[in-house]
Amino acid sequence: MRGVTRKDLARNGVRIDDSFAEAFDMRATALVITAPTRRWAREAAVTMTGFATSIIGCGAEAGIDTELSGEATPDGRPGVRVLLFSASTAELQRQLVNRVGQCVLTCPGTGCYAGLDGAEQLRLGDGLRYFGDGWQISKKFGGRHFWRIPVMDGEFVIEGSTGLTKGAVGGGNLLLMGRSAAATLRAAEAAVDAMTGVADAIMPFPGGIARSGSKIGSKYKALPASTNNAYCPTLRGAGGTALSPDIASVLEIVIDGLTPDAVAGAMRAGLAAVVALGPEHGAVRIGAGNYGGKLGRHHFHLRELT
Amino acid sequence: MAALRFMLRAAPDQRVDLAALVPSRLAGIDRAAIERLPIATTRATLAVGDLFRVRGEDAESVVIEGGSARFDRIGEGMEGGTLRVEGDVGACAGRSMRGGRLEVGGSAGPFLGSGMRGGEIEVGRDAGDYLGGPLAGEVAGMAGGMLLVHGHAGVRAGDRLRRGVIVIEGDAGDAVGSRMIAGTLVVCGAAGMMAGTLMRRGTLVLGGPAALPPSFVEAGAPDPVFVRLLARALGGLSRPAARLLLRRGLARSTGDNATLGQGEILWPDSVA
Repeated sequence: MRGVTRKDLARNGVRIDDSFAEAFDMRATALVITAPTRRWAREAAVTMTGFATSIIGCGAEAGIDTELSGEATPDGRPGVRVLLFSASTAELQRQLVNRVGQCVLTCPGTGCYAGLDGAEQLRLGDGLRYFGDGWQISKKFGGRHFWRIPVMDGEFVIEGSTGLTKGAVGGGNLLLMGRSAAATLRAAEAAVDAMTGVADAIMPFPGGIARSGSKIGSKYKALPASTNNAYCPTLRGAGGTALSPDIASVLEIVIDGLTPDAVAGAMRAGLAAVVALGPEHGAVRIGAGNYGGKLGRHHFHLRELT
Repeated sequence: MAALRFMLRAAPDQRVDLAALVPSRLAGIDRAAIERLPIATTRATLAVGDLFRVRGEDAESVVIEGGSARFDRIGEGMEGGTLRVEGDVGACAGRSMRGGRLEVGGSAGPFLGSGMRGGEIEVGRDAGDYLGGPLAGEVAGMAGGMLLVHGHAGVRAGDRLRRGVIVIEGDAGDAVGSRMIAGTLVVCGAAGMMAGTLMRRGTLVLGGPAALPPSFVEAGAPDPVFVRLLARALGGLSRPAARLLLRRGLARSTGDNATLGQGEILWPDSVA
């Protein structure tokens, strides 16, 4: 059974598995999207990070890292920093250009800039400039390279490239288990709210929460992953369960970070929030998903993060 | 280590070529060898030691105490370090620079920053004609880096500018930005006749009235995002330039339609 250990810790009445989240190396980048108002910066960011919950089916995992005031953006307008992760540099590059081209370039009033320094770079405006059909303008100043692409509401200003990191980590996770679906959701929401404040980390699933945690493989040969039956309450009687009788619902929070420290920080913040909520209103138990430590080289032990 | 200082003994009686006095060429040379470096440009022989007293040892930081309009090619080919001239310089200062920083406390002669590709030049007073421009027979002028003139500039500043940023805080002479290939040129004061003539691409910002060639056309207002981005980038460099860009009512003309026509001139609406 994935992630199940028998020796538990307890904090504020919440049982914590003596287990660990097993995470993987990923490629990642970051963008700063600006717009005339916060609303339109968010619209672009939300659209760009849509359908990006898991690299298994989406090609990328993405989310909003933080909102930025005008003082913190290159053009002085409100902005949003977005993180984008994938398994390979080539796929990350493809996802980046497609998503910015379809979701940010198209959004009224936006600008798009590098959100990460890196020795290696990914093409950003350098890959999208041809939309200007020869009317695009290259500008280099302040040590940076921008493209001005004429569009119907003025110009789309976009930086030529953005940084790439090969030291990103994907797959940090927490499994929150409660006595009811409502209590478990409450715990997950509290955890996500706390984790949102951690820089350089995102939770790519809807609202940061996944209900369909998966295990590797399936009885059906075509499927690379299938439902995590050990954590499905309705399968408790089928054997191989990881759930005690008092658990009626399990939700998972998956974390991707630009660094291992960012993932650990987010997990730490989430754990603290769930522990503070307590078992009466939130989760009675917290676990983490792993594959026995054989697949991912990053192991985030709950004991060390609590 | 103390900066390597060249203290002028007396004003030179001939034009002198000071291209040798850049950090990369002075590194690793002892003081006596530096004093023997030839700098004359006429039949009358002249060495560094004849013109300057040499003090200090840090070749990464070179200071020339006392200037002259006869000091040619100062900072030519600089790749790093700093070179400060406490006075005027002659022709071709900072020519073909790749990096580093050249500071001129006084005024500079013609072809300042000609063909530079990187680094920074700052001039305390005025610059001569052909600021950043190419020498005869060269295809492009300045192709990178930053050039700031606190005073005025002569004719054809930014001629054949290809890349990089030039800021003139005072006025510019006739045909500023002539034949620009690309890049950015900001004139905070007034410009002479035929600004931007035959420019292909690039951005020319003017702070005052100018007589544009008739082959430019009005193109509405500039996009505020780019203007703000440029203003922010220049803010730490030149407050007058940033203020000019952020003032309301900038108009935009595009041209020169006598050639490619993808250049732009931004200027205050009140004079458009």
